[in-house]
Amino acid sequence: MTAKHAKSPLFTGSDWDFSLINRIYDTIEPIALKEMGLNIYPNQIEIISAEQMLDAYSSIGMPLFYKHWSFGKQFVTNEAMYRKGLRGLAYELVINSDPCINYLMQENSATMQTLVIAHAAFGHNHFFKNNYVFKQWTDAEGILDYLEFAKRYIAQCEERHGQLAVERVLDAAHALMNQGVHRYPRVRPRDLKGEAAREAERQAYRDRIYDDLWRTIPTGARAAAVPGEARRAALGLPQENILYFLEKTGPLLQSWQREILRIVRLIAQYFYPQRQTKAMNEGCATYTHYRIMTALHQRGLITDGAFMEFLSSHTNVVYQPTYDSGHFGGFNPYALGFGIMSDIERLCREPTEEDREWFPELAGCGDPIEALKDIWANYRDESFISQFLSPHMIRQWRLFQIVDRASESEMRVDAIHDERGYRRIRRALAREYEIGRQEPDIQVVDVDLAGDRKLMVEHAVLDGVPLDGGDAAMVLQNLANLWGYEVVLKEVDAESGKELKSHNSVPEKNWPR
Amino acid sequence: MHIVDRRLNPGGKSLVNRQRFLRRARAYVQQAVRDSLKDRSIKDLDKDGQITIRRDAIHEPTLHRAAQGGNRERVLPGNHDYMEGDRIKRPSGGQGAGSQAGDGEGNDDFQFALSREEFLDLFLDDLELPDLAKQRLIGGKVDGIRRAGYSVAGNPSNLSVSRTMQRAMSRRLALRRPSSGDLARIEEEIAEIEARDPALPDDATRLEALREERSHIIRRRNLIAYIDPVDLRYRRFETVPKPVAQAVMFCLMDVSGSMTEHMKDLAKRFFALLHLFLTRCYEHVEVVFIHHTDRAAEVDEQTFFYSTVTGGTLVSSALEKLQEVIAERFRPDDWNIYVAQASDGDTMQSDNGRVVGLMNDAILPICQYVAYLEVGREEFADIEGIGTTTGLWQAYAPVAEANRNFVMRKVHHRREIYPVFRELFQRKGVAERSA
Repeated sequence: MTAKHAKSPLFTGSDWDFSLINRIYDTIEPIALKEMGLNIYPNQIEIISAEQMLDAYSSIGMPLFYKHWSFGKQFVTNEAMYRKGLRGLAYELVINSDPCINYLMQENSATMQTLVIAHAAFGHNHFFKNNYVFKQWTDAEGILDYLEFAKRYIAQCEERHGQLAVERVLDAAHALMNQGVHRYPRVRPRDLKGEAAREAERQAYRDRIYDDLWRTIPTGARAAAVPGEARRAALGLPQENILYFLEKTGPLLQSWQREILRIVRLIAQYFYPQRQTKAMNEGCATYTHYRIMTALHQRGLITDGAFMEFLSSHTNVVYQPTYDSGHFGGFNPYALGFGIMSDIERLCREPTEEDREWFPELAGCGDPIEALKDIWANYRDESFISQFLSPHMIRQWRLFQIVDRASESEMRVDAIHDERGYRRIRRALAREYEIGRQEPDIQVVDVDLAGDRKLMVEHAVLDGVPLDGGDAAMVLQNLANLWGYEVVLKEVDAESGKELKSHNSVPEKNWPR
Repeated sequence: MHIVDRRLNPGGKSLVNRQRFLRRARAYVQQAVRDSLKDRSIKDLDKDGQITIRRDAIHEPTLHRAAQGGNRERVLPGNHDYMEGDRIKRPSGGQGAGSQAGDGEGNDDFQFALSREEFLDLFLDDLELPDLAKQRLIGGKVDGIRRAGYSVAGNPSNLSVSRTMQRAMSRRLALRRPSSGDLARIEEEIAEIEARDPALPDDATRLEALREERSHIIRRRNLIAYIDPVDLRYRRFETVPKPVAQAVMFCLMDVSGSMTEHMKDLAKRFFALLHLFLTRCYEHVEVVFIHHTDRAAEVDEQTFFYSTVTGGTLVSSALEKLQEVIAERFRPDDWNIYVAQASDGDTMQSDNGRVVGLMNDAILPICQYVAYLEVGREEFADIEGIGTTTGLWQAYAPVAEANRNFVMRKVHHRREIYPVFRELFQRKGVAERSA
């Protein structure tokens, strides 16, 4: 660009139409792909109304989903909040699929549509396609097909076995959803597309080999009890994926119930990467839209007024309230991600002595985009923070760490933004984003399938924080219903191995089987 | 990049989930609806509105760590003057180091809006109305729809195929669109000439001409559509408004000390149901509240249901007041008059003659319907049912026998309210009576 304001702006008012969206997209595309070098799935942009956005909200943002009352609950909550004006709706929703589906609200102004396209269609899209966690765990191509299958399958189950029976299984599975995730990668990637065919094949096989005669065969003598170690090894215990364990081993479950557990489990697995990369994902999208919008403005493609509108919305998004401001609710993932990423840009371009010492490889390298692309591809929140939270950021945000010990009457400030504190703060903040710490470590440790079939579950208590008792009892009830026999949950201190607490639960009599 | 416009897709995707949610929380929602009746005016009964249920009724449990206890570390932004090693008092509330903020699943109330249909359904269900009657009340507008010719725009389901095809055909004829028969004939001839082995001398020119004609026909067929958007015709419907009718409903209630809260609550439900019923049948319904002890007064709804006045009981005073109001504001020629009276039946014996006289001579002749509801204590339902009759009941009994538009019932429980209306429903609604 030789002269500033060489071109006329893309739009002047706030109105938009489809040809304008096309032009905006065509203008942004070369900036994102050529100048920034992003690598994205093809985009599909869908314009939806506020009502449809509410609908999408209540099914965790997915365009199609099976039916369950809890989504209705989500819906009435969101609707009530929205109608009262307590909460606005998101400007966009983006789905990690191939092609990447972007929902844009029709109420957005032209500036907002530009922002949203830059944010979702390029920022999030690039992150979905390139980040290793997503690559490892999700199948962007197959997800919509799989949801379609899940929806149809569950509807069929409702027809066959009754709505209530299906609902009870789903309730129980939802309660254990967070325990339905494989946390360590296995070699075999998931082929979600084949699920439907596989299930149909199995059903056909079951129908074919069905013979009433089997019922009449007398049961033989019981097999001798297997010794503990061998038994656990045979069952793949200990197992942290409780839903997986139930699906494979649950003695009283019927095949359709297993399939439902599998559906819930696979969907939980699909969302697992998103939980680990909130700050990075939003940071990547926010950084991308900021770059793109600034580039558009510099070239005179959006007016000063539109740029002001963008800035006002952007600053709202990356606002981080301080801990004592009254509306502090944890770290804002947009602010944290964008903050660290712009800091990386700064230290790539104009490093200080301190930056050279802390980031010898990045400082002064002069190419922030390449550095960031590498980061977007190879990190998740925890490793991202523990590597790239700079002393500069810590000072700027005036971060401090407090430690609250059960044995002491007061809390203690353990580190502040000074030489002694930087590393400690960085480590502590990264730990907060460690998924293993956000969620309790719960594993199935033992079961005697030949004996009383009691299921033993263990919670490895970290830092002396036990499970929330009321909820734990309810979840355990659900687990017992699925398992069909007694379930015992022991809370064992992770360090000392001492048993702190124990809950147990027996299945309800009237649970549909 | 594709752009897809989804705005016109059918909405209400969440409707099923919403219904399932309501079914799931039905017991709680029903209780909430019952409670919210206290705060609603009977005129507002069939509006949508907020209700609140306890959150734990629909709680979705997960395994998560407790909010308190144990050793915790936390990094926070915005340090002002803390130094390393400073000690801070543990905050007492949820905020601070101890809270895992953000999931918002407290033990607070869960508030959401019910639509008018949902609210009514639950309300009527509570009164144990038969489904058919419920249908009639909830059923919404019964405006008639009738065919009104054809239009060029409309809903695809209203597409009139025969009209559309007719128009398409006349357009094709007018524009001389070659038929598929024309095309087939020419192609046949081409094939015939091509197949001829020893070619005739003028075959080449003939073939040339035929081919040109064929391409001309194909072009015309492409240009002139078989069915064009201009051909589309839709069946048009229009709604036929029903004749406007207005009604006034008088609520009469004894508010002397002997009326308990339970009785008033029963009376309120009764009035509410009648009001609901009338609003279905009439475009415009006015409600007049008259309460009485030994003197009667016209009051607003709030006073009517919730104030207590001490005094004796003279039912005739209320009927006189009723007469007075009718004479003043509601000419019987212009208004359909409904009277609903609720009382515990306590009355002065000496007043009965006058009450019956007023009812027979002055009120019943100008009213569509008079209902007398005797409310009793819930706990005495069995005993009272056996035979003890109150003074007012005895007085009204002959009136009810002589007049078809007078109905009286004893009610102890809310489920007994509906039978009072049964007669009305059996006669296929008030609308036909008043027509």
